This record gives sequence, C-alpha cells and structure tokens, in this order.
Amino acid sequence: MQGPWAKEGAVTLAVAVVLIWLAPLMISTYTLTILIIYGMLGFSLGLIWGFGGILCFGQAAFFGLGAYVYAIAAINFGESTWPMILAVLVPAGFALLLGAMMFYGRLGDVYLGVITLVVTLILFKFINSTAGPQYVIGKARLGGFNGIPGFQTLNVPGNPEAYIWGDAYYYVCAALLVIVYLLVTALLRSSFGRIALGIRENEVRMSLMGYDIAARKTVLFAIGAAIAGLAGALFANWGEIVTPGLFSLGQSAEIIIWCIVGGLGTRVGPILGAAGLAYLKFMLGQQSLIDNTLIMGLILVLFVLFLPKGVVPAVASLWKTSFGRRPFSRVHQARRMRNRGRGNG
Amino acid sequence: MDLSVVILVEMLYAVASLVLISSGLAVVFGMMKVINLAHGEFMMMGGYVTITAVGLGVNIFVAMLIIAPLVVGLIGLVVERLVIRHLYGRLVDTMLATWGLSLLFIGLATMIFGNTTTGISTPIPGFTVGNYQINGYNFFIIVVAVVLVIAMLVVLKSTRLGLIARGTMQRPDMAAALGYSPDRIYMATFFCGSALSGLAGAVLAPLVGLVPTSGGAYIAKAFITVIAGGPSLVAGLISSASLFGVVNQVFTFAISPVFGEVALLVSAVILLRLLPQGVTAKFFKGKM
Amino acid sequence: MTVNRRAFLGTTAALTGAAMLPGFALAGETIKLGSVLDTSGIFDAYGKPMDMAMRLAVSQINAAGGLLGKQVEVIAYDTQSDMALYSQYAQQLTRQDKVDVVQGGILSASREAIRQTMRKTKTLYFYNVLYEGGVCDRNIFINGVTPAQQVAALVPYAMGKSGKKVYILAADYNYGQITARWIQKFVTDNGGETVGVDFFPLDVSDFGSTIAKIQTAGTDLVIAPLVGGAHLSFFRQWAAAGMKDRIPLASTTLGVGNEHKVLTAAEGNGIMVAYNYSQELDTPANAAFKAAWAAAYGDSKAIHELAVSNYQGVMTWAKAVAQAGSLDREAIITALESGLSIDGPAGKVTVDPKTHHAVLDVHLMEFENQGMKVIETLPQRQPIDTQSVCDLAANPGDNTQYEIDI
Repeated sequence: MQGPWAKEGAVTLAVAVVLIWLAPLMISTYTLTILIIYGMLGFSLGLIWGFGGILCFGQAAFFGLGAYVYAIAAINFGESTWPMILAVLVPAGFALLLGAMMFYGRLGDVYLGVITLVVTLILFKFINSTAGPQYVIGKARLGGFNGIPGFQTLNVPGNPEAYIWGDAYYYVCAALLVIVYLLVTALLRSSFGRIALGIRENEVRMSLMGYDIAARKTVLFAIGAAIAGLAGALFANWGEIVTPGLFSLGQSAEIIIWCIVGGLGTRVGPILGAAGLAYLKFMLGQQSLIDNTLIMGLILVLFVLFLPKGVVPAVASLWKTSFGRRPFSRVHQARRMRNRGRGNG
Repeated sequence: MDLSVVILVEMLYAVASLVLISSGLAVVFGMMKVINLAHGEFMMMGGYVTITAVGLGVNIFVAMLIIAPLVVGLIGLVVERLVIRHLYGRLVDTMLATWGLSLLFIGLATMIFGNTTTGISTPIPGFTVGNYQINGYNFFIIVVAVVLVIAMLVVLKSTRLGLIARGTMQRPDMAAALGYSPDRIYMATFFCGSALSGLAGAVLAPLVGLVPTSGGAYIAKAFITVIAGGPSLVAGLISSASLFGVVNQVFTFAISPVFGEVALLVSAVILLRLLPQGVTAKFFKGKM
Repeated sequence: MTVNRRAFLGTTAALTGAAMLPGFALAGETIKLGSVLDTSGIFDAYGKPMDMAMRLAVSQINAAGGLLGKQVEVIAYDTQSDMALYSQYAQQLTRQDKVDVVQGGILSASREAIRQTMRKTKTLYFYNVLYEGGVCDRNIFINGVTPAQQVAALVPYAMGKSGKKVYILAADYNYGQITARWIQKFVTDNGGETVGVDFFPLDVSDFGSTIAKIQTAGTDLVIAPLVGGAHLSFFRQWAAAGMKDRIPLASTTLGVGNEHKVLTAAEGNGIMVAYNYSQELDTPANAAFKAAWAAAYGDSKAIHELAVSNYQGVMTWAKAVAQAGSLDREAIITALESGLSIDGPAGKVTVDPKTHHAVLDVHLMEFENQGMKVIETLPQRQPIDTQSVCDLAANPGDNTQYEIDI
C-alpha cells in the first residue's frame, strides 16, 4: 500500500512540475490561471460524481459561495489568509447541512438533481436582489447584480501589502491544485475512499454490510464543496470581482460538461476536460462566425452519444490496446455508474 | 373586494402558466421517463415561430395555437430520431444530451434571430374589474390551460390511442407482442410533448420579451413542478402547479416578485424533502 | 526517450501557440483605443450602436489624418452582457494590450467592475452613458446625463401633467437603486408623495402583480427606471392591461436603447422622458452626424442616446490628445480640465473640471409614433448633484462613488 502510493505521488509530482513549468511557454499565465481554477472546479465535481455517484446540478453554488465568502471576508479583514480559509470552510459547512438533509431523506438521483439545482437558483435569486444599501455584511455591500468589486486580493500571509498576482499567482494556483489532487488521491486510497466506491456501485450492499451510507455521502459531498469553494476563492482573486453569475445554471452546466468530456471515474479527466474546454471557449470567443454556445452544446450531445466515457478513459483504453500496459483501472466503471438512473424513474 | 378579484385572477393565472410551461415536460417525463432539459428552448422556439409567423402576416391566434406547436413538434421529432431514441432507459444520459441540445438551440437561435429582445403585442385588450384594470390576456392563458388539461385527460383516459400509449409506457414488451411498435409510440409521444412545449412558448410570447436564452427562465420551474408532481401525470401537474402558483403569488403580493420566486423554490425543496416521490405518490396513487 | 518526446511536444506546441497569437509585434506606431461593450447578450440593444458609433468616430479621426500624426487603432472586446467578462477584458486591455485609453462600459455595474483596474494601471477611462451620478475619480471622464440634469427636469414636468402621487419601478442594481432615491428626492422637493418603490432584478419579465399594486396605491404617475430587454415587457403588459390611458408613465431609461422603436406606437405614445439626444433633433450637427452614420452603415435608424454619448466621448478624448500634443495621461487630463468642449450631434458638451462630468443640453421629450418629440430644451445643464459632493481640483486623490441619502 505504502509503496505504490508513494511512487504514484512522486510521478504525479514530477509530471505536474514539468507541466507547470512548460505551460507558460505556450499560453499566457493570466489565461493559464483561470484554466487551473476551472480544472480544480471540474475536479470537485469529478470527485463526488465520479467516485461517489452523487450527481450534483449545483456545484456552481459552492463555487459562488466560496468566491462571495472570500470577497466579503477580505473586505472586512483587509487581508487574505482568513478569507481563504473561510472560503473553504463555509461551502463545506453548507454542503454538510444540505447533504445531510438530502441523504438522510434518502432522495433518489433525479430528486437530488432537482434539489441541488433549486438551491443554486435560490442563492442566485437572493444574491441578485441584494443591490440595496440594507444588504451589508460588516463593511461589505453585497451589491446584487453588480457583484462585489475592489476587495483585497491574495497577499503573502501576514503582510497585506505584499500582493501575489501575475506569474506568482499562477504558481500558487498550480501548487494548490497539485496539493488538492494529491490529498484526494490519498483519500481515495484510504478505506473511506474505497467504501465510497462501494456505495457508488451498490448502495444496498454497502448498507447491509453495516456502513452508514448517508453519513459517508454527506462527508464526501462536503469535501467536494470545500474544493469548489477553494476554486471560487481563487477565481475571486483572479477576476477581482464576484458577480451573481457565478451561481448561474449555465456555470453548473459547464462543470457537468467538463466532467463528461474529460471522463468520469478518473481523477485527471475532469481537470483536463475543464481546462481544455475552457481554453476552447476562450479561443472560440475570439471569433464571431459560429456561436460559442452552439459548439459547447454540440460537444456535449456528441460526447453523450458517441463517447459517453469521456476522453481520458478512451485514450487510456486506446493506450492499453496499442501498448498492452495496464492503464488506469477504474475507468470502465464510469459508464455503469452513470446509468444507475435506469431503474428508478 | 375588487382587489381580491384581481389577486384571485393573478393566482389563477400563475397556476395556469405553471401548468402550461410544465405540460410538455410532464408528458415526456411521465410517459417516457425522459427528462427533456431542452424543454425551455422548445418553448423559446415556439415563441420565435409565432413572432416570425405574425411578421409574415399570419393571424396571431393561428400562429400561436396551430403553427407554433406543429413546427416545434416537428423539431422535437427530428431530435427524438437523431438523439433521444439512442438513449432510452438511460435517464442521466438523456438529461445530459438534452442539456447539450438546449445549448445548441440557444446558439442556433442567436445566430438566426440575433441576441436582441423581440416580442409582439397582446391581441386581447385590458379588462375592468371595479376600479382595477387587468391584463385581458391572463384570461386567455387560463382558458388555454384548462382546455389543455381537459384534453390531456380525455385523450389518455377515453381514447384508444391513450390506452395504447399508457400500455406501452408500462409494458413495452407486451405492447410490442400485441402488435404496437414501442418505437413508434415513443416517437409520437415525444412529438406531442414538444408540440405542447411549443404551444406554451407561443402563448406566453406576447407577455414577455423574447431572447434566445428565454428558455432558461422556464426550465427550472417546469422541472420542479413536474418532479414535485410525482408519478401521476395530470393530477400531479395540477396539484403541484396549484401549490407553487399560489405560494408564488401570495409572496409576490405580500412582499415582492423576487420573494415570490424564492418562496416557490423554497417550498419545492421542503416538499421534496417531505414527499421525496412527489405529491401524487402519496395522495393520488394510481390515478392518471 | 520520454524526456525528448516531451521536450519536442513542448517546443512544437509553443511554436504553434506563438503562431496563433494575433500579431502584436506588428502593431507598430498606432494609438490604441480600447473598447469594452456588450455587443451581444441582453444589453446588446445598447452596446451594438455604441460600438458602431465608436468605430465611426475613429474612422472620422483617422480620415482627418489621425492624432499626433498617428492612426488610431481600435481594440474592442465583446463582454457578452456578462459583468465578470468586464474585469477580465479590462485586465487584458491594460496589462497585455497596453492601450492608451479605454472607452466603454454600459451598465453602472460594468463601470464599477473595471474602474479600479483602470485607476490602478493608470489607463485613462471614458464612461459615456447616462447614469446615477456621484462617481468622483480623477482617472475617469463621464459625459452621460446625471439625475440632477435629467430627473430634476423630468419629475416636475411629468408631475405637472399628472398628479402628486408617484410610484417608482426601478431596476435592481446600483443604477436603479440610486436613481430611485433621486426620484424620491425630487418628488418630495416638488410637493409630491412617493406611494411605492419596487425593485426588479434584470431578468424579471412578469409584472402582472405589480400592475395591480400600482392601482391599489392610488397612483397618479409611474416613473420607471427599468433596464434591459426583460423589463421592456412591463411597458407591453401595462398597455395590454389598458393602463396607458389611466396613469401616465415617465422613464429615465426607456428610449436610450431605441426601445420606442421596438414598442408599437399604441404602446409607447405619451411616455415622458428627458435625454441629451433625440434623432428628431433638428440641428445641422445632428443632420451631418446622421448622414455620416448612414454613409457608413446604410441607414441611421440604429442611432440612440448612448451611441451619441459614446461618439462624443471618443471625440472629446481626441480633441484633448490634440490639445495636449502628447499621449501622456497627465497632459491629457490637464487638457480635459481646461474646460475643453466639443460640438457633438447633441449640441455642445463641455468637460466640468471639478467633477470630470459634462455640461450639456437636456431635452424634455414625449414618445410619439415611435419617435421622441422634443417638448422643451434645457440648455447647458450642470451636473450639480455630483458637483455638490465632488471636487477633484481640491481632492485629486478622491476615489468614491457618492450616494444620496434621503
């Protein structure tokens, strides 16, 4: 157990360092930063959906919550260390409550989708209607549709004057993504992770074996939310503004598309899917011949029809057939998991 | 007194418009267990078809009640043949594919019609109740919704077609054994569902400014209404639409339109937590 | 082997990447004008003509020999009616493209999203839209009408034609919130009473219950600073309910995006507004502007208030650059603060040195057959609302948006 984990960790680290070092040669660090942030957001849903079987239509809610918590706290504290920590804890706490409500209520797949979607909508509607001067948290005006601009951006802990921005910020985000990735890898290797997989595959079996399904799902859900919250806080620092659009259904939709395209049930899939599609969208945004939305929609439809496992598993199995080496072992399960909805409509 | 009449009409209108915007989704979900997330865009297309037809000189009622449902129904047919039929039985995959379709249609509409708000005027003049003026078009929406519900009940309960459709939904293998092709029936059902979405979009078009992204405003509400309604198609639709419509209007009048919307959403969350299978799973078991 | 392949891939990709970058080595000796406007999305009715006006102004400047002997190059981004994209493109304009001036922003939300970036990066910024007033920042120049110029004229006129009880329907963001408070102030100042204020998020399009509430309050006049496509439904539903002939309407925003041409004559006639520009203005400057626009774009139907403001903003900047004789930000600001004025399609526009706002003509108008008929012209109005709180000559470091307290 210790052996392969250490080896995989070392390989991951080496690959990541090379990528982080090479990428700025091709794309500006400003763009790369957002790709990494989206990668982390995709990763958060990839974790709870791909490894926990929880289809959340409202991952954007935690992303937006993280961004708003950061912005509000940064205005009040005037420095960025506590706001970053709060931006992870608050979404996680919110997800614990929401998850407990849903999972102890034994809601099915579709109902889970509806509730997460509705909660996102509620947050959106609420934040969008807070333009009035009465909506204040400490020194921070919520601002409604305008969002919150002009908050303290990331600084070196303990020194609010030393801003981290530009290239340095890119390396911070990249390092955080690697850390989160390694932590999640460790989590999935632990007994918690393997029980989560077991629940994904067969809930009844696992509950008969004596595991508390609802508690474990709730915790996994909260971990996903914490990662999304971190991504939100990083996004707030990158954009230097937070707006209600972060909570929009379109944002949630995009996260789901990233996971599908990248490949569910893998760890790198959602990250690559997010970064790749975000970059594609960025490139498409510079032309006006074909509408951007149309292409994103087309990609999703084509992937569901022809490559429902996603790119990474497909490439991995191609690799397997051409080179005969053992690829990532869990990839084929993605399909099975996604079709669990079959029985219970 | 006059005010209570006005509020009553607004409430009936809220319920009726929820019934309208949910009916297409309800048919497709209730009969086929397919959640069509492109439903809002079908409505949006219904609106654009109406505006285009009226622009070409067609009578507005013909455009709304006949042309729009037909055109959108045909679009639905194409979608079913090309995409949906490959995904029957895969609930989550159909949701994702139709979500993709919805983005695709938004993009297409943007390219064809541009992103500018368009709209048409309501064809029915205002109405006086005591000291108050009410939008006469509200009554039209209420009438359309009532006719729609009655038509759905009649078709499903008392016609041979409805019987075959219901039979196929429950046991496709038996229907096939009796000589009815499930494939055909799914196709026809999806056509009807899309046509209903088109109709709803067309009928609501004169009230709202239409943009290619208009569909997004409907899909969440329709989705919530249908899911909260539960397994029984018509009874579920009516009960959840009434509940949400009334909640929405009470809070709209008491506080503000935004609170109305939020109250609707909160009541949906509470309802689903208490009755996770929807209203009709508990109260109207086995009814249509 | 692995390392070689990776290095090879890296180099190839880097080369491809470099080849795909727009040629910014080729830019050479031009003056760069950055523009951020919503030319798609729900605010495109405002943004598209503004973009056309900006390009028309630049082409006229270039045709006349450019500025300081250089041609002006436009670097424009479409913000797709998404406030988050504003800060993104503002970063791009100031940090990567390194433009000499930024013209743009439509909603007050978008202005506030980018104003601090412009200030931090010392990029001169022109915001050319009518707005709620109060912005006090030495780096920004604003030529749109403010409440003291517009609302102060519109409210007494509209109340004179209707009555004392006013109901306000406003868009729910900073513009609507602040403008609603100005309207309340001027209603009180004119001896009236505000019987209700409702705010609507920009995506609300169902106003049935609101129309009932307005009637319950015994309203004499409705003033509606509503914004965007969804809010246009209010005017439709108002007419559909037969309210048009019972309670008069005034608006501080309707028409700036040519909404009077989207509404039918029956829905629009009689709505009272007050702006800096109307296509129906009968002046030689306006006729010449409309002719130039028609020559560039086929016809002049798209011109609206905001487009003209944007045109005047670019022209003001160009005149200041010529007068300063340099692209240095301080020199241009000094030139602008010298009381510089231009003669635009909407008349004379003078920069107010104290507030960086504009002194301009305001016209009281009524919608008539999808046009805006000028009732009365109020010449050269000062932005007294902002002047009362903001003095950049005394306080050059000020960086606040002042709001009115009532």
